[in-house]
Amino acid sequence: MTLLIAILSILFIVLTFMVVSKTQAILKGLTKSEVEDSEYLGAPDKFNSANGVGLFAFWIISIVGIVWSFVAYKKDFLPEASSVHGKETDYWFWVSMIVIMIGFFIVNTFLFLFSYLYRHNKNRKVTFYTHNNNLEIIWTTVPAIVMAGLVFSGLRVWTKITSEAPANAEQIDIMGKQFGWTVRYAGVDDNQFGKYNYKLMDDAGGNPMGVDFSDPNSFDDFSNASEMHIPKGKPVLLKIRARDVLHSVFIPHMRVKMDAVPGMPTKFWFVADKSTADMRAELGKPGFNYEIACTEICGRSHFGMKLLLVVDEPADYEKWKKSQKPLLTENPDLLNKVPDNLKAKAQKYVASDEPAEEVVPEVVASRVLGNSNKVLK
Amino acid sequence: MSAVSQVEVHEHSEHAHEEHHELGFIRKYIFSEDHKVIAKQYLISGIVWALLGAFMSLVFRLQLGFPDMDMAWMKPFLGDWISLDDKGLGKLDPNFYLALVTMHGTIMVFFVLTAGLSGTFSNFLIPLQIGARDMASGFMNMLSYWIFFISSVIMFVSLFIKTGPAGGSWVIYPPLSALKEANPGSGDGMTLWLVSMALFIVSSLLGGINYVTTVINLRTKGMSMDKLPLTIWAFTFTAVLGILSFPVLLSAALLLIFDRSFGTSFYLSDIYINGQALPNQGGSPILFQHLFWFLGHPEVYIVILPALGLTSEIIATNSRKPIFGYKAMIFSMAGIMFLAFIVWAHHMFVTGMNPFLGSVFMLLTLIIAVPSAVKGFNYITTLWKGNIIFTPAMLFAIGLVSFFISGGLTGIILGNSALDIQLHDTYFVVAHFHLVMGSAAIFGMLAGVYHWFPKMFGRMMNNAMGYIHFWITFIGVYLVFFPMHYIGIAGFPRRYYQWSGFETFNTYMDLNAFITIAAIITVFAQIVFILNFVYSIFWGKKATANPWKSNTLEWTTPINPGHGNWPGEIPTVYRWPYDYSKPGAPDDFIPQNVPFSATPESNLPEENELIEKEEEINSIKFDTSLHD
Ligand code: HEM
Ligand SMILES: [Cu+2]
Ligand SMILES: [Cu+2]
Repeated sequence: MTLLIAILSILFIVLTFMVVSKTQAILKGLTKSEVEDSEYLGAPDKFNSANGVGLFAFWIISIVGIVWSFVAYKKDFLPEASSVHGKETDYWFWVSMIVIMIGFFIVNTFLFLFSYLYRHNKNRKVTFYTHNNNLEIIWTTVPAIVMAGLVFSGLRVWTKITSEAPANAEQIDIMGKQFGWTVRYAGVDDNQFGKYNYKLMDDAGGNPMGVDFSDPNSFDDFSNASEMHIPKGKPVLLKIRARDVLHSVFIPHMRVKMDAVPGMPTKFWFVADKSTADMRAELGKPGFNYEIACTEICGRSHFGMKLLLVVDEPADYEKWKKSQKPLLTENPDLLNKVPDNLKAKAQKYVASDEPAEEVVPEVVASRVLGNSNKVLK
Repeated sequence: MSAVSQVEVHEHSEHAHEEHHELGFIRKYIFSEDHKVIAKQYLISGIVWALLGAFMSLVFRLQLGFPDMDMAWMKPFLGDWISLDDKGLGKLDPNFYLALVTMHGTIMVFFVLTAGLSGTFSNFLIPLQIGARDMASGFMNMLSYWIFFISSVIMFVSLFIKTGPAGGSWVIYPPLSALKEANPGSGDGMTLWLVSMALFIVSSLLGGINYVTTVINLRTKGMSMDKLPLTIWAFTFTAVLGILSFPVLLSAALLLIFDRSFGTSFYLSDIYINGQALPNQGGSPILFQHLFWFLGHPEVYIVILPALGLTSEIIATNSRKPIFGYKAMIFSMAGIMFLAFIVWAHHMFVTGMNPFLGSVFMLLTLIIAVPSAVKGFNYITTLWKGNIIFTPAMLFAIGLVSFFISGGLTGIILGNSALDIQLHDTYFVVAHFHLVMGSAAIFGMLAGVYHWFPKMFGRMMNNAMGYIHFWITFIGVYLVFFPMHYIGIAGFPRRYYQWSGFETFNTYMDLNAFITIAAIITVFAQIVFILNFVYSIFWGKKATANPWKSNTLEWTTPINPGHGNWPGEIPTVYRWPYDYSKPGAPDDFIPQNVPFSATPESNLPEENELIEKEEEINSIKFDTSLHD
């Protein structure tokens, strides 16, 4: 490879020198005859027309290339939207895209067309044209009006997306850390999150999210570090946080993105309208899975911060929730963190009667396991 | 200490100290106070940095285009950053990937397109085009370059330390950049980055203050503000932007230094890292982002405005036609400058900032598109019915206009907060800013070098090589950055070492490989430019004083302008700089120093009235001598 580069660059240098000396020789003969004024070194040379024509030819070829490549690659553009607001932003994306594409083609066409039409010609009379206030007014107001249209559509959609989540939204606590995501659910018994505090975080002690076990609401909370489940057709409110550096929750198919900021919880709510199974059927890809990625640089394995997202039918979702083990059950040592007066209440979750192992839909588990070993470390 | 003053003196005598004693080599070429030498120093530094930044992009482009490639052959110069995997294949270290991206961005934005571009052309052209003997303070100007030089050395050294250079991206968001344990690049590399940037800011402030002062105070007789070439307007607006925004970055950096070294909590709160909860509470990482982008957004105009200024001059000269809408151009630049300060949070739509603020910034952002569009239209109308000479400079200027349009349009999508949710931090953004600011500004810089080379070095650059350079680079840039839009629309996040871990991003391998190949060709084509540049300095064809038949004052100096720029008196200015192809005139250009009384055949009616004023202008007396 090194050799190849060395050879190539030598070739390059030799070639350019050849071209230089050749053209210099040619130009010497040429400039004499064409240019009457020897002071005028910047006079158009014999490549002038070729350059003007070249610019226009470049543009024609570009149009063909753009259209071809657009058609060839468009199937992976904006992966199939699976959320309600996502369909709306996609719509406005394409509307804006059409608007700017019209601008793109018209304005570039003028630029390259004029380069071609008005390439130097000894006999042309240049029009001394310094300004035209009407023109300036027109081309200030037209973009301004177009812009205003786009702003208002954008504002409307943005306000809707960022409005308060509906009261019945399913809440999920999602925390970014170097380098992975952990999600926490409020549990099936009280459906209330226990408080958390970063000072209580303890990876070794089995409490990476800093759940406060002096708050009885936390007893039935459960968490998961390899997959997040959400119900289809129901508002979901992500309560987003980070515990070390910035991260950003990005769910490409859901058109969801929101930074995770240490010390400043953020949120994003949305409604998924296609379950994982729906998408598998629609795309004809039985192995399809929704994914969550990180889009704020967070260090070495930023590119590997993947979490699987499973969108269940609401009933399946409830079943899945019931099948999950509360933090206390997973790690009975956490009972030590519970104050004495609440121990009795907490005991229920530590006791060995495992509730509903058999409810786990077999498929879901294997699906997830089958894929999660692809997660990069 | 040399300083130039242009005070109006009423009683005037002959000046004895016009002639200058010869300076020694060191004072003439190294610690020079001559704006032309300083400009060349900036230019050469900028070119060196640009090559380094471009080669870095090739390394990480290879990683993205060919993730399975054996990179062992780069071990000789990358050392431990290439590790051998179990199959004996050389792999780029992911931390080093991030460090490379960080350095690439920092170098390109600050060292090449701020120092290299403004430093070169503001320094070179301001005194020459406004008719001054030098900058207001030659000493400050020299200081500005040498502080920049020290800053460069520090940034360069940071490439070689064991933990590597800064690795938190060019925006260095804390907490990542504040916590040494979060990333090797947040250790000593980050410290050096901060020190280097602090010096850089000092240098750019010294430069900026000098530019503004010079333009305000040192214009020659008759050079009223409405006769300034658009280049000078552009440089002045740029300098004002820098003066007002760089100090904010400096304070952001200082607070970050405090957080890193003195235990303060400006940006830190509620952090648990390496099995330990840190004591910091109450800080806000978002505060840093506000401060950073308060510079960061004006910075992109600091990068592009000088390029647009150079382009105005080059397009008018080579179309042999006045720039269309001179006043509209000034007003749109003024509008851009003003608005540039109040759009910064469009970089932060999804940081959790109050959504109402998001709406306001979206509105302001889309407003700034209007003056930018006006500039594009004015350039194109300047070409209309012109008589275009495609010098290499002109070709690059036209390329700039095309990039500015193509890249600017996608800004309309990104400025829309609802659409930015999906596109933020994807390759769509990378494509957008590389066209509108990166490539456009680089093209402006290249156009400027080709155009003003004869005045800088007294020789011409080779045209044929210029054409080859232009065509490969122009096509190459589009081939590199156009497909990146597609990758971005598909959702590929930026600052990713590889995407294959995600099913969603497991496509487009062919496109990524294609981009990498196009980038390699484009970067290697710059060799043509370097050869041409070096060759022409020594052996290029001898230039004439005004090779492009241009109107501005720099072309009235001798072929190799000496210290003080004009051997005799500084020319007086009577007209605007764009009298190209004026009806009735024998030549297709009338330099600014030709009085209306000498051109009765081509004067417009209102210009005939100005003839009376010429006496008045002539009778002004400035003391324009250089003091030592
Ligand atoms: C030689 C041609 C160039 C190529 C092939 C190139 C390529 C790239 C790529 C692929 C990235 C994204 C890397 C990543 O996110 O993982 C990037 C980032 C960047 N580039 Fe370039 N680039 C080039 C020239 C420039 C120029 C001229 C500028 C000047 C403005 C520039 C400024 C930046 C900046 C500011 C970033 C962001 C760095 C960050 O994320 O911290 N690049 N470049
Ligand atoms: Cu990340
Ligand atoms: Cu901005």
